[in-house]
Amino acid sequence: MSTFAHQFFSGLAMGGVYAILALALVMIYQATHLVNFAQGEMAMFATYMAWNMMDSGLPYWAAFGLTVVLSFAAGVIIERVIVRPFAKAPVLSMVIVFIGMVFIFNSVVGWIYGYEIKDFRSPFPEKAWFGNTLMSSHESGVIVVTFLVLALVYGFFRFTPLGLAMRAAAQNPASSRLVGIKVGWMLALGWGLAAAIGSIAGMMAAPVVYLDPNMMSSLLLYGFAAAVLGGIDNPWGAVAGGFIVGVMQNLVGAYLVGTQIQLSVALVIIIGVLVMKPSGLFGRVIVTRV
Amino acid sequence: MSTLPTAKAEPERSGFIGWGRVGLACVVVFALVLPFMSSGYHLFQYAQVLNYAIALVGLNLLTGYNGQISLGHGAFFAIGGYASAILVAKFGMPYWVTPPIAGMVCLVAGFLFGLPALRLEGLYLALATFALAVAMPQLLNYKHFDALTGGSGGLQLAKPGAPFGLPITSDQWLYFYCLGFAALLFLAARNLVRGRIGRAMVAIRDQPVAAETMGVPISYVKAMCFGISALYAGVGGALSVTIVGYVSPDSFGLFLSLSFLVGIVVGGLTSIPGMLFGAWFIEFVPNYADQLTSSLGENAKALPWAVYGVLLIALMFVMPRGIAGAVTAMAARLQRFTNATKRA
Repeated sequence: MSTFAHQFFSGLAMGGVYAILALALVMIYQATHLVNFAQGEMAMFATYMAWNMMDSGLPYWAAFGLTVVLSFAAGVIIERVIVRPFAKAPVLSMVIVFIGMVFIFNSVVGWIYGYEIKDFRSPFPEKAWFGNTLMSSHESGVIVVTFLVLALVYGFFRFTPLGLAMRAAAQNPASSRLVGIKVGWMLALGWGLAAAIGSIAGMMAAPVVYLDPNMMSSLLLYGFAAAVLGGIDNPWGAVAGGFIVGVMQNLVGAYLVGTQIQLSVALVIIIGVLVMKPSGLFGRVIVTRV
Repeated sequence: MSTLPTAKAEPERSGFIGWGRVGLACVVVFALVLPFMSSGYHLFQYAQVLNYAIALVGLNLLTGYNGQISLGHGAFFAIGGYASAILVAKFGMPYWVTPPIAGMVCLVAGFLFGLPALRLEGLYLALATFALAVAMPQLLNYKHFDALTGGSGGLQLAKPGAPFGLPITSDQWLYFYCLGFAALLFLAARNLVRGRIGRAMVAIRDQPVAAETMGVPISYVKAMCFGISALYAGVGGALSVTIVGYVSPDSFGLFLSLSFLVGIVVGGLTSIPGMLFGAWFIEFVPNYADQLTSSLGENAKALPWAVYGVLLIALMFVMPRGIAGAVTAMAARLQRFTNATKRA
């Protein structure tokens, strides 16, 4: 029983990471109807930046904050410089550009920092909180951070004028432009937010999976699975999907197929959901008019 | 600017056919002379270029002509390679009968994967195939398949020599062996895209609703296209395993699938001959970049991938039809020039 509970809760913690990553994917999907294949590598890059700052003596939370801000700026710049010119291009061109970005981030990090696996510090204390024997403090910390990020995102979109403008720009660009919203900048902001959220996912994952340039490809796959399962246009769904995928991955890995082929769980979830219920558990059903 | 070409299934016949013939003849002569000009490792690399080219043609049929994005063709390359290796190592078959069988296995696998994929449009298909590419190495490593696949250690195969006492080296023979398959499959692909099915494929890519109205069986063509495309990748994988003589799960990671995508974009979406260039690119550019960057230290071996990335994005900006598109444009201009001089 205690093994089961342990698997369950550590799955929940990893699920938190997937949830944050899925949230970043949903941000971009909502704004531009694109799935950012480079999200994982962008997060990985950000995590290396954070590692670098801590290595040179910055305290954890300072490095954390600085990384989030820098990621935000990088996301905005990427949208303006690389993604914008392809706004009217077909999906294939966009996917190819994303793959190009995956290559660039991956190899630049490999070039600068090398391929040795690095330790990444957790901001949470060694000792488990409140005598919790089932979860380490990092695991509970990740879950807290997940909900914090979700609350911030929700608050931003629900209660700030800027959030409202971004929602409007995503839903109806033409009308938004008519009422004076700078739609182009809203998209760039969306990319910035997604990059910032992604960097948090990277920093939360790194103490568990360790830091190396290829750490994100499998995490991103679970993030995709989470986003697809929860409905790729629904932030709440993405977070729920993240936790479900995390727990499922651990339980299926531990009791059904063995940890060796856990990635296939994500493959099965993605294909299964897309085939049976493409809108996901909580997504809006889209009807296309022909 | 950055939009994909709405390429015609039928190449422009009137314009540059003369130059096209000349180009083809040059390529054939070059391909036949090549093994007697170089040897050993270089020859192995040229053979590998041909195998990649076969896989790229398959991917291009699917992505370029039919508009279904696959980020997971490395997985079918792997299935073909493993099918061939298992047939040789575990069932004692001669290596030269395995490519067609591996191709058939992949045809079925691709068709089956294509069936659910029918319901997925553009981006979602990219997602599903991306998942396939990421999960494939783990699946090949699965311990319950160890008896067949050899687990993480993989399978070792003997390098075949030239048959019938031909007076050529083993490397030369393997090159010609791959060249034969490549020629056959290139020809088949060319005929396929020029025919009725090819037009149906392009029509589905550009105007699915109109195509359906005109009586094109969309689901059948799409699923079959997926199957044929996987067949090409499978044959390429089988040939590649024969010449490498070794197969393991790590040879078929996500980056293989992604470099196939690089190959078709560089070579030219909706071009069959361009795939030769695409394959040359993904086989040799890492080597050249390696040599260039060796002065920058150990970690610089990562840089070829950055070159790939920058090139991918740059090509999408300036040359969305790849090298083949640029060559076609130049040939057309040349033809116009010669026509003008004739008339004058």
